[in-house]
Amino acid sequence: MIELLLTYLSWGCLGVGSVFYVIGAIGLNRMPDIFTRMHAVSVGDTLGAGFLVLGMLLVAGPTLVGAKLVMIILALLFTGTVATHALARAALQDGVQPVLAGKSGKLTACDAAEAVQTLKDLVRTSTPKADKDSDRAGHTNTKGGQRSSKR
Amino acid sequence: MFEVATIAVLIALTLAVIRATRGPTIFDRLLAANSVGTGAILLLSLFGFLTHRPEFLDIGLTYVLLNMIGTFAVLKFFRHGALGHVGDEDERTKIL
Repeated sequence: MIELLLTYLSWGCLGVGSVFYVIGAIGLNRMPDIFTRMHAVSVGDTLGAGFLVLGMLLVAGPTLVGAKLVMIILALLFTGTVATHALARAALQDGVQPVLAGKSGKLTACDAAEAVQTLKDLVRTSTPKADKDSDRAGHTNTKGGQRSSKR
Repeated sequence: MFEVATIAVLIALTLAVIRATRGPTIFDRLLAANSVGTGAILLLSLFGFLTHRPEFLDIGLTYVLLNMIGTFAVLKFFRHGALGHVGDEDERTKIL
C-alpha cells in the first residue's frame, strides 16, 4: 500500500518536473534578451530539476543512492544561482542592453545604468512616500553620468 | 514514467542547443551551455534509474562541479581577456 502510494507520488513528481523543465527550455528560446532568458532558465533549474530529483528520491528511498541524489540537488541549487548571478553581472558590465518596456509600452533596448535607474524609479513610485521632484532629479543625474560600455 | 522524464530532458537539451547556436551574444551561448550541463546531469541520473542501475550518480556529482568551474572560467576569460587577471579596482569596490 505504502509502496504503491510512493510510486504514484514519484510519477507525479517526475511528470511535474518534466513539464517545468521543458517550459524553462522553451522560455530560453522565446524570450527577447539575455536577462529574461536567465529568468526563464531559473524556473527549469529550480522547480524542474527539484521535482525530477524528488521523484527519483521517492523511488530510491533512504539508501546511498538517495544520499547522492540529495547532494546532487544541493550542489545544483547552490552552483546554479552563483553562476547565474556572475553571468548577469558580466553581461551588464560588458554593456549588454536590457530590453525594457518604456512608458509607451514598446520594447526597447536601453543602457544598463538607465535600466537600473528605471527599475529604482519604479520601486520608489510604488512606495507611498514617493516624491516626484527628487525622482526626476535622480533620473537626470544618472543620465549625465552613464557608464560607458567596454565595447 | 522515467521514460517520459528522459524524453522531456532530451527535448529541453535540444532547445538549449538551438539557443547555443543561435545566441546573439556570448552570454546567451554561455547560459545555454550551463543549461546543457544541468540537463546532462539530470539525464545521467534518469538514465541510471531507467536501466535499474543508479550508479551514474557519482559522475553526475562530478559534472555539477565541472559545470560551474567551466562557466566561471569562460566568464572570466571574456571579461578580462585572460584567466590569470586579478580584476579591476572599480569592479572590486563599486557595486552597480
